Amino acid sequence: MTRLPDQTSRKLGLVIDLDTCVGCHACVIACKGWNTENYGAPLSDQDAYGADPVGTFLNRVHSYEITPEAGPAQLVHFPKSCLHCEDAPCVTVCPTGASYKRAEDGIVLVNETDCIGCGLCAWACPYGAREMDKTAGVMKKCTLCVDRIYNENLPEQDREPACVRTCPAGARHFGDLGDADSAVSQLVAARGGVDLMPDMGTKPVNKYLPPRPKDTWDQTDVLAPFLTPIADNPQGFLGWLDRALDRL
Amino acid sequence: MHPAPSVIIFTTLSGLGFGLMIFLGLGEPAVTGWTAFWFFLIAYALSVGGLLASTLHLGHPERAIKAFSQWHTSWLSREAWAAVAGLLVMGVYAALAVFFGLRVAVLGYLGAGLSLVTVIATSMIYTQLKTVPRWNQVLTPLHFVSASLAGGALLGGQITAASVLFLVAGIIQLGHWRVGDSRFADAGHTIASATGLGQPGRIRAFEAPHTGTNYLLKEMVHVVARKHAVKLRVLAFGLGYALPLVLIVMPGAGHMLGGVAVISHLLGLFASRWLFFAEAEHVVGLYYGARG
Ligand code: SF4
Ligand code: SF4
Ligand code: SF4
Repeated sequence: MTRLPDQTSRKLGLVIDLDTCVGCHACVIACKGWNTENYGAPLSDQDAYGADPVGTFLNRVHSYEITPEAGPAQLVHFPKSCLHCEDAPCVTVCPTGASYKRAEDGIVLVNETDCIGCGLCAWACPYGAREMDKTAGVMKKCTLCVDRIYNENLPEQDREPACVRTCPAGARHFGDLGDADSAVSQLVAARGGVDLMPDMGTKPVNKYLPPRPKDTWDQTDVLAPFLTPIADNPQGFLGWLDRALDRL
Repeated sequence: MHPAPSVIIFTTLSGLGFGLMIFLGLGEPAVTGWTAFWFFLIAYALSVGGLLASTLHLGHPERAIKAFSQWHTSWLSREAWAAVAGLLVMGVYAALAVFFGLRVAVLGYLGAGLSLVTVIATSMIYTQLKTVPRWNQVLTPLHFVSASLAGGALLGGQITAASVLFLVAGIIQLGHWRVGDSRFADAGHTIASATGLGQPGRIRAFEAPHTGTNYLLKEMVHVVARKHAVKLRVLAFGLGYALPLVLIVMPGAGHMLGGVAVISHLLGLFASRWLFFAEAEHVVGLYYGARG
C-alpha cells in the first residue's frame, strides 16, 4: 500500500553523531554483510575484483571538509542510509505497492516480490537512499534491520541494527524518535539534532547531530606547558647537558 | 538524469500516438473504412510501441501488471490505467469506424479524453519529483501535452490546428528550457541544506563514499556537456517545431512535405527528450559534490 499511514505508533530510526563518527566504514560493511546473508535478495557486486567494481549498498559514508570562519578546517564523516521519512515520497510514487511504510513502527520497506524495478522511488528519494540491485532487478534499501530488532533468536544485545551494533565509535544510535522520553530523543534535544534537506518536506525520522565546535589554534592541552621548548640558555644540569651535547 | 533510450522512445512515441488518438477521437479527421484503418494503425503502433519500450527498463517486466494497483497515489499507476482504458475505448471506436463505417461520437470523445489523461499522467510522473527541480514546474505538463497535440494534429492532417499548436508548443518548449535553467538555484537546494553543515561555500565534498561508481551516480548524476546541450537545443527547436511549422503552412504543401514535417518533428522531439533527461539534475548530486 503506497498510501502513507496517517500516523505511526512509533517512529523507529537512527540518530547519527557527526561529531563522533571516525569514518571507518565499519557500518557499511556490517550492513552489507547482514543484508546479504539475511532478509531479501543479497546485495550484489559486479566486477568486484576487477577494474570497475560496482555494487549495492544500503549505507554509505561520505566525507566533507568544513572551513570555519576562524580556526583549522574540519573533516566530517557522514554516514547516510534511509531516513525512514514520515512523508516518504518514495512510497507514494510506487505504482505496485511494493514500497510501504509500516503503521506500527514507521519503517519504510520494499516488498521484493511486488517490485517491478521501475526505479521511480529512487528518483523520488532526495537522499540517495535507494539502490536498484543489478542482479536481482529489485529496489534495495535500509530495512532498519527489521530482521534483527524483533528477532528473538538473537541475544538481546544484538537486537539492534547491524550498523549500530558494529560502530566502534558509538556514533550511531537506534531508538523510538516518536517518544520524547527515549534516549535517542533526548540525545537529539541535547545536541540540537537536525533534519537533512528539510526544504524537501519529507520529515525524516533519522536525525543528525552536528559536529561540536573544535579547538582553535591557540587553545592547547593541559599538558602543553610541560611540552614547551626549554629556555634558549638553560641553566644547571640542563645547561651542562646542552653544552655537553653541543660539544659532541 | 540518465537519458535512457527506453524512456526517451517511450515518451516521444506514445506522446505522438496518443496525440493522434485525441484527434481521431474528436473526429478530426472523421475517417471510416480503410482510411480509418491506416490512421488507427499508426496511432496504435506509436502508442503501444512506446508503452512496450517503457517496459524495457524495468527490472521485472513480467510483473508489470502489478503497476495497476496503486492508482490512488501513484501517477505511474494512473498512467497505466488511463493508457489501457484509452486504448480499449479507442479500439471499439476504431473497430466500428473501420468495419461498419460507423462513428460513435461519444466513444470517440471518451477515448480522446482518456488519451489526454494518459499524456498528462506521463508528464506528472516527472513533474511531481521535487528532487529534480528542472522537471518540478508547471511548464512540464504543458510541454508534454502541447507537443503531443501538435504532433497528433500533424499526423491527423489538421493543418490549421497543427500550425497553431506548433507555435504554442514551440514557445512552451523555450519557456521550459528557460525556467528549467534556473529552477535548481531558485529552489535553494545546496550542499549546506543537504548535509546540515554550516553555510554554502564553507563546505565541500572531500571524499566520495566509494572508489568506483554506483547506481545513484549512473542513474541520477549524469553530466551533459554544455556545448552539446546548446547545439541540441537548436536542433530540437528547429527540427521539432520551427521546420514542421514552416513546411505545413507553405502554400500547396502536400503529403510529401507533410511526411518530411513528421520526420523532422520526430527527430526534434527525440533531441528535446534526450535533453529533458540529460539536463535534469537530481538533488542527490549535492552529496557527491555536484554544484560545488
Ligand atoms: S530516506 Fe529516501 S528512501 Fe528513505 S524514506 Fe526517505 S525518501 Fe524514502
Ligand atoms: S522500483 Fe519497485 S519499489 Fe520502487 S517504485 Fe518501482 S515498483 Fe515500487
Ligand atoms: S539499519 Fe540495518 S539496513 Fe539500515 S543501514 Fe543499518 S545495517 Fe544497514
